[in-house]
Amino acid sequence: MGSFQSLPDDHPYRTLSQKTGFSLEQIAILHNRFKQLSQNEETLRRDDLQTIQDLESNPIRYEIIEAFFDKRNFQKDDVGSVDEIGFEEFLTVMSYFRAPAHNITEEQKEEMRRAKLRFLFNMHDTDNDGTITLEEYRHVVEELLSRSGALGRETAKGIADAAMLEVASISVGPMAPDEFYEGITFEHFLKILKGIEIETRMHIHFLNMDTTVFCKHHSA
Amino acid sequence: MELKMFILVLGLLVGSGSPDIGPNQGKCSDSLDPGPQDQGNHTLTPQSKKNFPVLSFGYDHVRLPFEISLWVLLASLMKLGFHMMPRLSSIVPESCLLIVVGLLVGGLMKLVAEVPPVLESKIFFLYLLPPIILDAGYFMPIRQFTENLGTILMFAVVGTLWNAFFVGGLLYGVCQFEGHRLVNVDLLSCLLFGSIISAVDPVAVLAVFEEIHINELLHILVFGESLLNDAVTVVLYHLFEEFSSVGTITVMDVFLGVVCFLVVSLGGIVVGAIYGLLAAFTSRFTSHTRVIEPLFVFVYSYMAYLSAEVFHLSGIMALIACGAVTRPYVEANISHKSHTTIKYFLKMWSSVSDTLIFIFLGVSTVAGPHEWNWIFVVATLILCLVARVLGVVGLTFVINKFRIVKLTSKDQFIIAYGGLRGAIAFSLVYLLNTDHFPKRNMFLTAIITVIFFTVFVQGMTIRPLVDLLAVKKKQETKRSINEEIHTQFLDHLLTGIEGICGHYGHHHWKDKLNRFNKKYVKKCLIAGERSKEPQLIAFYHKMEMKQAIELVESGGGSKLPSAVPSTVSMQNIQPKKSPQDRALPQLSKAREDEIRKILRTNLQKTRQRLRSYNRHTLIADPYEDGWNEILIKRKRMMELEKKISQMNNYLTVPAPAPDSPTIARARLASDPQAWGLKSLTESIPTIKVDLASPQSPESFNMVDEIGKKGSQSKASEEEDGLTMKVPSMTKPRKDKTANEDDDKEPQQRLMRCLSDPGPAGEEDEEDEPFLH
Repeated sequence: MGSFQSLPDDHPYRTLSQKTGFSLEQIAILHNRFKQLSQNEETLRRDDLQTIQDLESNPIRYEIIEAFFDKRNFQKDDVGSVDEIGFEEFLTVMSYFRAPAHNITEEQKEEMRRAKLRFLFNMHDTDNDGTITLEEYRHVVEELLSRSGALGRETAKGIADAAMLEVASISVGPMAPDEFYEGITFEHFLKILKGIEIETRMHIHFLNMDTTVFCKHHSA
Repeated sequence: MELKMFILVLGLLVGSGSPDIGPNQGKCSDSLDPGPQDQGNHTLTPQSKKNFPVLSFGYDHVRLPFEISLWVLLASLMKLGFHMMPRLSSIVPESCLLIVVGLLVGGLMKLVAEVPPVLESKIFFLYLLPPIILDAGYFMPIRQFTENLGTILMFAVVGTLWNAFFVGGLLYGVCQFEGHRLVNVDLLSCLLFGSIISAVDPVAVLAVFEEIHINELLHILVFGESLLNDAVTVVLYHLFEEFSSVGTITVMDVFLGVVCFLVVSLGGIVVGAIYGLLAAFTSRFTSHTRVIEPLFVFVYSYMAYLSAEVFHLSGIMALIACGAVTRPYVEANISHKSHTTIKYFLKMWSSVSDTLIFIFLGVSTVAGPHEWNWIFVVATLILCLVARVLGVVGLTFVINKFRIVKLTSKDQFIIAYGGLRGAIAFSLVYLLNTDHFPKRNMFLTAIITVIFFTVFVQGMTIRPLVDLLAVKKKQETKRSINEEIHTQFLDHLLTGIEGICGHYGHHHWKDKLNRFNKKYVKKCLIAGERSKEPQLIAFYHKMEMKQAIELVESGGGSKLPSAVPSTVSMQNIQPKKSPQDRALPQLSKAREDEIRKILRTNLQKTRQRLRSYNRHTLIADPYEDGWNEILIKRKRMMELEKKISQMNNYLTVPAPAPDSPTIARARLASDPQAWGLKSLTESIPTIKVDLASPQSPESFNMVDEIGKKGSQSKASEEEDGLTMKVPSMTKPRKDKTANEDDDKEPQQRLMRCLSDPGPAGEEDEEDEPFLH
């Protein structure tokens, strides 16, 4: 009874599952969450995400919310940002945070790493010119230090400058005084974050079983 | 040549160290002793009447400290000796060599027909073990430890239990099987023996793993296991010892044992944490008595250990908890020199302890009562190895289901192979009561054999095996500012995503803990404004400090030892529209005024503080006098800045706001009066005052260049340099320059660093748990 009933529901999930790599249960749970956030509407808006209480104290909440509405993250080779997203886009963004499966090859691991780093890069590169300029980087550091008031803003500049210098010297090497370092490109970005194992660190644990709400209690 | 001198000195030491059977025996050599006439004849004066003794020999009353010092000296000289023989020390780990030395010394002493001192358990547990554990706990890398906590606990608790029961049970079987001599070894004795011998020993592990530099994951796994299994060992030991007198164990006892385990381990941690918080809280107020800051850390930690031992809780866990809790808060409060002192004292003590332990182990082997039983000993050895391997493989199989980064078979091999036994097991057996355990000597022999085997065979071969198996080594790269920024960013990102997903995962709780820490705990425990300093800024300041120190240490030349070559300068990354001389910023008028205003406000504040802390300051009031000089000198410095700014453009942090934590921190540092002066005067006298600092000639020349105008105002301090003023002269460790001018920073920082060079290049290794 139940399984026959759920088959039509699973069909859209199946394609989603293949596309994003989540399991069917995980998709169901995330769908519930989506509905909860969007107040049972079909699309999610920025305001819906802004009302989440846990995000209040997060210094980079605007960037996080923006990332959900950034077309570059929808894996469709599109640019720009939208005002509302559907469940598919929501899930696609979430899929960046999946843990690598146990038995993937080195190439798949490398691919996953690039995808995750691309996501991070997009978060910083707000004007989508392919580089993270000094201004954008400064903005990032300022946000991180946004809780420290005046001191944060002052020192943020210095820290961002220092970090930029470091990237420049690692990526480009010695530069003549009249050369100008445009910004951090994606390749440089990959280089400086080589030391951090992104594919394992950038993941959250997606539940397989919904502990808060019982799933599949719709139409009997 | 040096080697021969060494051996000579050594021989002398050993010879003088066995004074018991000497002329002292059976006479009172104390010239103060108003004994009978004949005993006074030991004076060197030849007359029969008792003259005033010019030179006499009194050994008894200094005997104990003398012998202890002799042993410590022996241990230290041994350590020196090994490093003079590089070939030997690269093949054989130090611990092995030390045991051999101990054997030799023990043998020597036996030859002289003297009783060699045995490693008494009391001495071991109360004096020799704590420094090593404290050193390990204080420098424990918290992040990796907590990330792998589940795995470590599995190995420590389940692994040790498995080992204990496997070895104990099968040994009992072997004993029963063997018959005649061993048949009366009962099950409880065997289980007790099994529980003692199954615990991986932190001292041995540290000593060996120290030298092989494997990657941090493996290191923290084996090392963490060796520390946490102490609780299990303590509980099992007491359990079996208790019941060996009774004879049987019921289910109730097992249940109580489990409860006891929880109490012992959690209790130990709680006790340690309490003392740690006390130490942190105390350090908040030590800004005026910097010299005794390290003492608080040591004494509180030792008290934590002793308090835990009073209640038979796990002293090791208490010590670890105390060190780990104390460190982040204390380090924010104490001065740079205190930090260095703590680090070096801990390393020194743990090093000496470690050496002494191994030497004594060798000596005790020669001395201790032995009972050799081939079957028992061999069975023990084999069972230990087998149990370890099986345990590790089995547990890893289970653990890998829950880990993201799996443990490969190479890792498993190293973990199994790194399970060394050491002196703790020996001491625990030594404590056994011979009445309850008639076979104690046999146990002792077996344990010593296992220890020798693991330390010698496994210790020696682990290094070539690590190379052979191409196990990942420890990465020497330092953390860069970019990595730090992005790691923090990632943390926040993950927390945010978890919030959006709606479930409270691991990041959420970590974030909550951090916020709680920042909001409440840091406010209590960290002095002044430092409590608000975000981690990123603290990290950045630390890095700058290191950079500056490196720069100075390298002679202030044009080559920066760090990864940031000075060939990329600010102008390369600034947008082109800014003026070309951006790299060499001049002080604009507005800036100058701003600076002046900042200085003035701060000087006023510091002047107020001066009045209340007059006891400690030794200068009348330099401000009125020095102020004009300061202004004049500043102009001169601006010219000199051009030279300096070339060297280090990395360090450009804009002026902090007037009441910023940086400035306030400097204020609260024990040297309020030097704050204002320091930023402008070159602190040359400061450098002179610090007698301990080695200075490269070039750096000193650079200092000279700046001029000696400030010397008058500081002259009065010089003679008092060795008092508390000295530590206060140097800025607190994280006291960034706290000044108002970008360009002046490099050279000022240099100045300040000259007065507190500290250990070169190792400043960053604060997380190092290594002994050396």
